Amino acid sequence: MIEFSNLYWQLDSTNKTNEKVAALRDYLALAAADDAIWAIHFLVGRRLKRLVGVRMLAAWATEQVDLSTWMFEECYQRVGDLAETISLILPPAATATPLPLADLIHNHLLPMQSMSEPEKRTTVLNLWSRFDQPQLFVLGKLMTGGFRVGVSKKLVTRAIGEQFEIDGATIAHRLMGDWEPTESFYSRLTSQDDGEAEVSKPYPFFLANPNKDHPSQLGNFDDWSLEWKWDGIRAQVIHREDQTFIWSRGEELITEQFPDVAAAAADLPNGTVLDGELVAWDFKSARPLPFHQLQRRLGRKKVGKKLLTEVPVVLLGFDLLECNSHDVRKKSLTERQLVLTELLQTVENSSLRIPPRVAADSWESAAMQRDQSKLMRAEGLMLKRRESPYQVGRPTGDWWKWKVDPYTIDAVLIYAQRGHGRRASLYSDYTFAVWNAGELVPFAKAYSGLTDKEIRKVDAFIRKNTTERFGPVRSVTPELVFELAFENIQKSTRHKSGVAVRFPRISRWRHDKAIVDADQLSTILELIEP
Amino acid sequence: MQTTQVIQSTSRGLFCEPGGFFIDPWRPVARAVITHAHSDHARWGSQHYLAADTNRQILPVRLGSKAKIDFAPLGKPQRIGGVTVTFVPAGHILGSAQIVIEHRGEIVVVSGDYKREPDLTCQMFEPVRCHTFVTESTFGLPVYRWPDPRAVFKQINDWWRQNQKTGKASVLLAYALGKAQRLLAGIDSTLGPIYTHGAVEKLNAAYRESGIALPDTIYASNLEKGTDFSQALIIAPPSTLGTPWIRRFGKISTGMASGWMQIRGTRRRRSMDRGFILSDHVDWKSLLQTIEETAAESIWVTHGYSDIVVRHLQEQGMHAKVLETEFTGESLDGETASSTEEPA
Repeated sequence: MIEFSNLYWQLDSTNKTNEKVAALRDYLALAAADDAIWAIHFLVGRRLKRLVGVRMLAAWATEQVDLSTWMFEECYQRVGDLAETISLILPPAATATPLPLADLIHNHLLPMQSMSEPEKRTTVLNLWSRFDQPQLFVLGKLMTGGFRVGVSKKLVTRAIGEQFEIDGATIAHRLMGDWEPTESFYSRLTSQDDGEAEVSKPYPFFLANPNKDHPSQLGNFDDWSLEWKWDGIRAQVIHREDQTFIWSRGEELITEQFPDVAAAAADLPNGTVLDGELVAWDFKSARPLPFHQLQRRLGRKKVGKKLLTEVPVVLLGFDLLECNSHDVRKKSLTERQLVLTELLQTVENSSLRIPPRVAADSWESAAMQRDQSKLMRAEGLMLKRRESPYQVGRPTGDWWKWKVDPYTIDAVLIYAQRGHGRRASLYSDYTFAVWNAGELVPFAKAYSGLTDKEIRKVDAFIRKNTTERFGPVRSVTPELVFELAFENIQKSTRHKSGVAVRFPRISRWRHDKAIVDADQLSTILELIEP
Repeated sequence: MQTTQVIQSTSRGLFCEPGGFFIDPWRPVARAVITHAHSDHARWGSQHYLAADTNRQILPVRLGSKAKIDFAPLGKPQRIGGVTVTFVPAGHILGSAQIVIEHRGEIVVVSGDYKREPDLTCQMFEPVRCHTFVTESTFGLPVYRWPDPRAVFKQINDWWRQNQKTGKASVLLAYALGKAQRLLAGIDSTLGPIYTHGAVEKLNAAYRESGIALPDTIYASNLEKGTDFSQALIIAPPSTLGTPWIRRFGKISTGMASGWMQIRGTRRRRSMDRGFILSDHVDWKSLLQTIEETAAESIWVTHGYSDIVVRHLQEQGMHAKVLETEFTGESLDGETASSTEEPA
């Protein structure tokens, strides 16, 4: 427990990925198997079935140290976390007795599930007398299930993989689905790769480069295949040996988050791997729903029925990497897509779709189609050489993304906050405003787009022109105007301006403009698609 | 309700009428008696000051060399007007003293700021039996319970060593007066070079002149370009965090030593890499213990969680009341509101 508690506090005290991985590895290097697997259990976000309510714990603690209820409430209001408040008011054990994590769970916590309330109380009071404050805090989190420490499953996967020199994809595969935190599972998890994870392994993604010139530079139009560039999540869907896996481009297994797509993929023939884009789909208008709808589906453990109905997700399949258990990446795009189209037509399941086509027969008409991207809820076009094999990484030459120009508006800098990491000492996070009825209303935040030199200049301006401070935020004299670029715009009830923009960034500093030249909110509202 | 006329709260500060002086006044007055040199207690502008003689070096740094200050030895009663005043160590910082006022057999103790943990840079707090005890309540909540300072110094040393391994300068943020010197005296100075901010270095000098042993420190100003800070510890006031001043040290890890670091949320919101729980104020347990040791009939509670402490004491059957003052105790951003504007 002491080691696990130390790990918790180490993870809690850094936001640097490498340091977190190092802390996890250090822990795994020394931990006993039965402790380590419980640690992994908690770190990937699993919890124990309900043992005792946190309010009950609070009452016992208050009683134990003879505090008034009002005093506990006063403390809680200032600490802001019940488990932490409890850990702080309890007297720390004079000498903490070592109690291995697995021992704690098997012999103390799990038995509580079948205990009466007085028995639970006795168990809890006994545990409380054995730990110091940092451990009491972690214990509280284990008991109440609110264990969150800012590590993702992916990070844990990576740490296990690095520590035991096993491919990360294999670890991810082994951590899928239901497993029990037992010693034997841990030894399987950390055993050398025996190829059992081959079944789930994705291929490396082939990525496109931005196309900056007019595509007529690319040569003969007929050598190129055009696709919409969808604004969703790039994913590989794998169906092998009657199992289905969905991988994101970040090499995360996201099968469980997309049960609708996974169910459809289960009907694919064994030995099939598709590449495509996961998008929230509007069946009526046969185009994606706005990206913010897809966002509702992300980052959830379980997707409820209601959400599945409201925001159905489909895979727009645009490439085929494996067919009949054969790697077909060397074949030409034309051949791959031909087979893909046949395949998806036979499956005919609405959650695996052939994407809508781009109707163009020349670079000129392609350019005109591209201008219509926003109507298709696409970000532009993809230009792919018909003869190209499916390559690895981002080689130039065969795949290009030809995105539409972003929206731009001119806005005034009104608030600033310090940046993070390298920019922690500089005011580099800005809030911008536009005009509405003679007033500047905050409209977007942006962090990137300026050069280091420009950031230093803006930083100096902010320090000299601060009018008010609210915590870390400085209000500055409205004077500087910047051109902001953004990808998309939606109505929003959360923002004062009534709009939310996607991926805002600073495209340039408009030294030539005064604040009166900044845009009106009404101009921006006109950009919202109906 | 029993009241004492020995001291009363006024718009200019705590006033001792029979003695004709104010204690730590927040507006300029004719005669001020000072508990300690922190700027919410020792304010500029009064005509005449009296303080414990352990303040001889540091108080002029705070009040300016022109201020008229008399010093009295600790433990030696002074006759002032109709009362007797004795300075008794408060254990808060160098020079900090409780002010014990005796008036016709009635004893009032104004303790200023105080703590009960050992501190190499100042004398330990001595409880004084009294009728009325005036106490701070900066950390007057049961959630504040200080760890053993030796364990905290070990944490700081470990952190410094760890940073040295990864080639990062260790920037430790602490009050320029008191906490900074307590840290210097407590850490393992053999680990590497120690640099200080100007505000800290000025007070280091005053401490050394007062006979307090501190390890060697280097004033981090006009340093050669390209100085390697990767093995160094840098001690600076919290207000330097995120300022251009701190950029000179290159890759850094930041730590803060304060009682507020007890709470995880506070620590995280400060976006500090590490928080060390080290306070120069009493925690909950010591506060109650001290009150008991004074055996006072009446407890007046000032700056901090005064309402809560008073309610608690009343529940225990004690006579307690809130005394409104303009003291700030330990703020998160610096020593006091004025510390960042302090003359260079």
